[in-house]
Amino acid sequence: MPAKIKVANPNRCINCYSCMLACSRTNANSVSLIDSAIDVRTSGGIESGIGIIVCRSCIDPPCARACPTGALTPRNGGGVVLDKDLCDSCKLCADACLPRAIHFDRADMPVICTHCGVCAKFCSHDVLELVKTEVM
Amino acid sequence: MWSNVLYIDLETGEHHTRDRSDLFDKYLGGTGVATQLLLEECPAGIDAFSPENPVIFSIGPLTTIFPCVSKVVSMFKSPMTGEMGESHAGGRLAMAMRFAGYDSIVIKGRAAKPSYLSIHDDEVKLKDATSIWNLSSVEVTGKILREVEPGKGRRSIMRIGKAGVNQVRYANVNVDTYRHFGRLGMGAVFGSKNLKAIVISGTEEVELPDMPAYKKMYSKLYGEVVDTEVMDKYHDLGTAANINVLNRLKGLPTKNLKQSHFENAESISGEYFADNLLLRKIACSNCPIGCIHIAMLKTQFQKGHEFEVSHISYDYELIYSLGTNLGITMGEDVLRLIDRCEQHGLDIMSTGGVLAWATEMYERDLITPPDTLGLSLRWGDTDNYLKMIDRIVEMPNKFYQAMAKGTAVAAAEYGGEDFAINLGRLEIAGYHTGPASIVGQIVGVRHSHLDNGGYSIDQKASSQQLSEEQMVDKLIYEDYWRMVNNSLVCCLFARGVYGEQNMVDALECVGIKKTRDELEAIGREIFLAKYKFKEREGFDIDKVSVPARFFETVSQLGMVKKDTVDNMLKLYRKKTGI
Repeated sequence: MPAKIKVANPNRCINCYSCMLACSRTNANSVSLIDSAIDVRTSGGIESGIGIIVCRSCIDPPCARACPTGALTPRNGGGVVLDKDLCDSCKLCADACLPRAIHFDRADMPVICTHCGVCAKFCSHDVLELVKTEVM
Repeated sequence: MWSNVLYIDLETGEHHTRDRSDLFDKYLGGTGVATQLLLEECPAGIDAFSPENPVIFSIGPLTTIFPCVSKVVSMFKSPMTGEMGESHAGGRLAMAMRFAGYDSIVIKGRAAKPSYLSIHDDEVKLKDATSIWNLSSVEVTGKILREVEPGKGRRSIMRIGKAGVNQVRYANVNVDTYRHFGRLGMGAVFGSKNLKAIVISGTEEVELPDMPAYKKMYSKLYGEVVDTEVMDKYHDLGTAANINVLNRLKGLPTKNLKQSHFENAESISGEYFADNLLLRKIACSNCPIGCIHIAMLKTQFQKGHEFEVSHISYDYELIYSLGTNLGITMGEDVLRLIDRCEQHGLDIMSTGGVLAWATEMYERDLITPPDTLGLSLRWGDTDNYLKMIDRIVEMPNKFYQAMAKGTAVAAAEYGGEDFAINLGRLEIAGYHTGPASIVGQIVGVRHSHLDNGGYSIDQKASSQQLSEEQMVDKLIYEDYWRMVNNSLVCCLFARGVYGEQNMVDALECVGIKKTRDELEAIGREIFLAKYKFKEREGFDIDKVSVPARFFETVSQLGMVKKDTVDNMLKLYRKKTGI
C-alpha cells in the first residue's frame, strides 16, 4: 500500500527545521533548506504562527495537469512523480499548486515530495505522520 | 573545511571576503577563530566605543550539519569590563550564516548615519536606518525589517533597542525576538557604531565528503538528543525548573544576595510558569529540543473586556534576576519586568543586579529621592521597577547614568561596594552554590556561569566531598573542553551529547581528523589566547575583589570562606599558568 505525508498536528511545531534538513540530506544528499520538499516557515517572525508547506498528495494533481511536457505524472497514492529529463523549468506546476508546495532548487529543477516519510521520522513533536493510503 | 570570512567597513560601506583556512585549520571555528580575529583586529588599549573596536561573529565546522550545533559566537571589547567581550546566541543566526556562506563576519568602523546591514548570499549592503533608529520597541524593529527584507522564513534579524542606541553598557543585541547576545554589552557597541540591525539569509547547499557516514552519525546524535534523558529537562519545564531546586538547596540569590532562598519562590517557579503562563515552546534552528519557553501575558488595560497580550520568553536566569533578586512574588509581574527590558534591549541579568543594589542602597539611605528623581525603591514593587528601567535607558541624571554603567561602576561612585554583587565587573548569574561558582565566574573568560559550570561543581562537591584542588581541576577541565564545544559551536545544553568521542567522530564526518588529546590541546590553546587578550587589556585575577556579601550569606555548601576562594584562585593560576 502506498504512503503519504500528513501534517497531523501543525500546532505542535517548534520550528526546528529538522524535517527540512532530513529531506535534503536524504533526497538531495546535501545540507540545505532549498533542496527540501517540505517547507516550514514563519511569516511575521518566530513570534507568529508557523506554516508547514508540503505536497498534499492530490489524487488528481493540478500540478501534473499544468505540466506541458509530461515531466510530472500522477503518483499511485496521490501526489506526483518527476521525470527530470522532461522538465524545462517553466514553473507552471508551481503556479497550479494552491498550497505552493513546489519550489525550485539552485539548478532550477522543481523539488518534488516523494512521500518517503523521512521528515516524519526526524520530527520530534509528532507534527508529521506517514500514513498508508487507500488508493492503489 | 569552511573558512570564508566576510570583512565589512561601516565607515565606507565596503566589504570583501578572505579565505582564513590558516585560522580555521588550527582553531576549528567559533570561539577559537573569533579569539584570533579579535587579537588581530582590536588594537591594544582602545575604548570599547572606538570605531576601531571590531564586532566579530563566528560559526563552526559542525554548524547546521549536526543537531543542536546551533549557536553563534560574538566577540568584541566589552564596555562593561574593558576586556574580552564574548557572547553566544541561538535563534536562526547560525543557520543563516551557514547558508549565506560566511564562517565569520568582522565588522569595523562607525557608520556616518544610523544604518543597518543587509546580507543575503553574496549581496552585502549598508542601508539607512534613520527612521527606525529611535524606535522604542525591539519587537517592532523586527516587524519593520521583515517587511522590507528578503529571506522570509529562513533569515535571521539581529537588532538593538533604545538601550543600545543610548549605549547603556549592558545593552544586548536581540536575535530573532527571543534570543540574545547578552551580558557584556555588544548592543552598546552596535550603538556606538550607528549600527541598528543586521539581516542575514542565504541559499547555499552544503555537500559533505562521505554522505553515508554523515547520515549515520546524524541519526546517532539525533537519537541521543531526542530519545535519551540527556536533554529532557530543557524541554519540559525548561531552565526555570531550577527556581524550586535551588531554593530548596539554599543556592538561589534573593534580594541582592541578602538571602539564598526566597519565601515566595513557588509563585514564580518553573512549575508556576508552566501551569499558568506557558503558551508554547519553540527551538533554535536545527535543534529538535525546543527549550525556548514562551509565556503569554494578558493584561487588562481598561474596564470591560479590554486586554493587551504579549508573548514573552522566560528562563531561569531572568526569573532570578528580575524575580527573586527583587523580591517579586508573582510570575505575571516578573513577565512585565522581562518584557520591559526586552523592548529596550537590556541585558536582564545585569539590569536585575543593578536594581537590586539600588534597592538596598535606598533601604540604607545611601541614595535618596533626589538621586532616583522621586522614585522610592522597595522589594517587590513592580511598578516602580518598571519606571526605573525606563530611566536607566533614558539616563536623566547622574545617578541613572551611573546605573547604566553597571553595578561595579555605580558602587564605586555611590558606595555600597560590599553588596554590589558583581564578579569581574559583571553582575552574577543566579547561583550562590559555593566557592566553585564564585571562582568559576572570576576566572571564566567571559565571567559567565557557562564558562565552566562552577555551580554544578559545587553541587557535585556537596554529594562527593570534593577537595579545593579537585574542584579546581574540574573547573579547568570544563574551561578547556568548553572551548572545544564553543568552537564547533554546539549549544552548551547539548554538552551531554557532544562529549569527547562524539566530537571526534562528528568532526571526522566533515573531514577534520583530530584525536581526543589534540582537541584538548586546542581547547587549552584557545583558553590561553583569550587570557592573552584579557591580560593585554588589563585584566588581573588578583585585582578582582569579591564583595563581602558573598561570604555573609549561606550557600548550598554552607558559609563560603574567603580563604577557600583565595586558595582556589591561587591553585587555578598555578595549574593553568595564567
